[in-house]
Amino acid sequence: MVGIASFGGYIPRLRLSRKSIVDANGWFNGSLRAYAKAERAICSWDEDSLTMAVEAARDALAERPRDGFRALYLATTSAPFEDRQNAGILAQALRLGEAVNTMDVGASQRAGTTGLVAALDAVAARGGPVLYLASEKRRAPAASPAELLHGDGAAALILDRGDGVARFLGSRSASVDFVDHYKGKGREFDYGWEERWIRDEGYLKLVPPVIAGVLAETGLKPGDIAHFCLPCTLPRVGQAVAKAAGLPESSMRPNLDGLCGDTGAAHPLVMLVHALQEAKPGERILVASFGSGSDALVFEATAELPAMQRARRGILGALRRRKEETNYARYLAFNDLIKMERGLRSEVDKQTPLTTLYRKRDMLLSLVGGRCERCGTAQFPKSNICVNPNCRAAHSQVDQPFSEFGGKIMSFTADSLTYCPDPPAHYGMVQFAEGGRMMVDFTDVDAGQVEVGMPMRMVFRIKEVDPARGFTKYFWKATPSGEVKEV
Amino acid sequence: MAKGIRDKVAILGMGCSKFGERWDREADDLIVEAYEEAIKDAGIETSQIDAAWFSTAIEEQHVGKSGVPLATALRLPYIPVTRVENYCASGSEAFRGATYAVASGACDIALALGVEKLKDTGYGGLPQRGRGALNSMYWANMSAPGSFAQLAAAYRAKHGVSRDDLKKAMAHISVKSHDNGSRNPKAHLQNKITEETVLKAPLVAEPLGLYDCCGVSDGSACAIVTTPEIAKSLGKHHLVTVKALQLAVSNGQEAQHNSWDGSYFATARAAAKRAYQEAGIDKPREQLSLVEAHDCFSITELVTLEDLYISPEGGAVKDVLDGFYDADGKVPCQIDGGLKCFGHPIGASGLRMIYEIYLQMQGRAGARQRKQEPVRGLVHNLGGMPHQNVCSIAIIGKHGS
Repeated sequence: MVGIASFGGYIPRLRLSRKSIVDANGWFNGSLRAYAKAERAICSWDEDSLTMAVEAARDALAERPRDGFRALYLATTSAPFEDRQNAGILAQALRLGEAVNTMDVGASQRAGTTGLVAALDAVAARGGPVLYLASEKRRAPAASPAELLHGDGAAALILDRGDGVARFLGSRSASVDFVDHYKGKGREFDYGWEERWIRDEGYLKLVPPVIAGVLAETGLKPGDIAHFCLPCTLPRVGQAVAKAAGLPESSMRPNLDGLCGDTGAAHPLVMLVHALQEAKPGERILVASFGSGSDALVFEATAELPAMQRARRGILGALRRRKEETNYARYLAFNDLIKMERGLRSEVDKQTPLTTLYRKRDMLLSLVGGRCERCGTAQFPKSNICVNPNCRAAHSQVDQPFSEFGGKIMSFTADSLTYCPDPPAHYGMVQFAEGGRMMVDFTDVDAGQVEVGMPMRMVFRIKEVDPARGFTKYFWKATPSGEVKEV
Repeated sequence: MAKGIRDKVAILGMGCSKFGERWDREADDLIVEAYEEAIKDAGIETSQIDAAWFSTAIEEQHVGKSGVPLATALRLPYIPVTRVENYCASGSEAFRGATYAVASGACDIALALGVEKLKDTGYGGLPQRGRGALNSMYWANMSAPGSFAQLAAAYRAKHGVSRDDLKKAMAHISVKSHDNGSRNPKAHLQNKITEETVLKAPLVAEPLGLYDCCGVSDGSACAIVTTPEIAKSLGKHHLVTVKALQLAVSNGQEAQHNSWDGSYFATARAAAKRAYQEAGIDKPREQLSLVEAHDCFSITELVTLEDLYISPEGGAVKDVLDGFYDADGKVPCQIDGGLKCFGHPIGASGLRMIYEIYLQMQGRAGARQRKQEPVRGLVHNLGGMPHQNVCSIAIIGKHGS
């Protein structure tokens, strides 16, 4: 048997009020007013599908050793690189080692579940553990319904032999070239077809047979399903599919519309993690998807689940960590959806020397520093001669990951001069309880709320983007680790 | 410790261009402007200079690399010219090169000249610069005001000073420097300001407002140095000599090791101790007549006055508010307006500070001349960031003092 050994989730902290979108665009498309309530999750300027995947993965990994993973798969349709393995960046950031088999899965809103089926098959055949990540930050044109209904987020599963917290019972797939929308090569946005057709010929005709198939395969009856996860932004279609498949009305899981929004290829997994956080031992969860066909998978919660529910942030915890954003223009600017005067200071050449990046990949992507074996001093970056003035041993340092260290702010500023996509730029000296310190950028902080002594944790984020070469540069930043006040 | 170079080198002549937004001048024009004053002051010919040290920090904005731009601007006769850069302490580095050359006996007469042409970037403030390939990939997105602003956060945390009290002391520093700058015809900023103006100015980097930041200027300054004996043989009396020259450079300890609390400059303390020893000073608060501190930001000046052991640790706020460092105070600090108002053409700044002390020692500082006759002055020239910097301290005074 194979199952889910652990899960994690991440939803960005910023929630764009949908009213602010409608206030800006309702003059043009009055039908948007139907969505003017609630909110959607948006990435900050320094988040993307990779940074969110790292956060979801860290939630799932918790204290678990990072070595020994057989594979890491990433499902997304919004990867920052078309040719540079995105899953490989994640494996490096997460310090999974080089012996891990990495793979990107994409090209369909069904990618999240299609990859999951393949990953479960791989675990069944060759064993685990496999770190399975799904993450999405889709771009939508201004004044589109997608802009209101989509959201950004990520989910992580650790799959392994054994039942884990949820035993995998079976799956069924259908591959159908039903083009409800598509994104052509080099295109910025999706191009979609009429919703009524998508509902009647798509969801209602394609999904129920797949559900029936998985129930048949697993020997379950529709009434055996306690949690039914099906992402769908069309109103009431999820319920209609459940009814057509004979699933209990009560099994329909909330699709998180108005909370984080539809996270695309990641959404079946975001909904699955959300369900795992609420399911009781013995309950069965059916996850289905729609996009170029459909997948359906069934899991059964085990007695191990309640302990993990208490130990993980997951989607529930990530949803609680929120800051309302009512400035639609800031969202447009973060996503390069509006031409901005960014100032002469933004024009510095940002080329990345790829040789340096490769040589220093442990330092830059994994936040690995050094620890002196003679005096024990942790230091970043790792160096040839120990920084401790009472030691100064040469060639004495071993790798010391800093990413999981907890720190406190020693000094900081809010800088309005330096170019930052979200000024003022906050940064400062963070001193780690385990030793070492670094002058580092802060993220997800609020002007006027930062103080000396504030506890911080490190997060993997975009350092900057090189617009001339289309290269996204990543590094780690410090963010408040305490319970953040709702602002 | 080595005995040092106290009284081994005399300043033969100095020059300084007008600092400011010199829209109509190239760097070589500024070089010549400073040099012509210095060579006339020295009373020698260019052919008598044995070697030169040339300081620029942001050369990619103007002259480019090497000693060639200086040699070309002054048509130096195939003598050694060394270009030096050490962050904003580059000017002091040029002076150190020339002074050490004379002290060693390698040269009889040497030139130190610094220049910077910063107003060709298209925006205010220091130019955005490359920081090294790897540094750019992980350093925080820092500006100069943002890195120095953090002194305030750490200083407040350490000494329990309220934001308002610190802002008030910082404002006093800036008001004082503008007062002093108003009496300096070569200063970039010659306008007087009020505390209210400072406190109401927009924030640049919390808690530094616009008036907590020094001017970014075009300018050049230079020194011609020789031995006291040669200076006398050239007919000079009332010699001004070098009492101490010390440099301390961060080694990553402040940036990486948890032994530094962020509220002071570890380098300044090390350099000051060595400089006082070299100059034979044991009570700087009593023995210094003047201080030119590297007031790139008001908070830098405030904490530096403690690092120089003039104010007790935690006591600079009181001294500043008491007027101890005002032009008519016990130890005037930035009597020429400082970086704040004289301006900060980086490669020239250290030399500009020495220029002021040199003039003051000779009673040639005009409207801003210190009333009580000065005997020795300290030049503190800093480059980099509080957690990673280069600190130069020069003590200049009357020969034999």
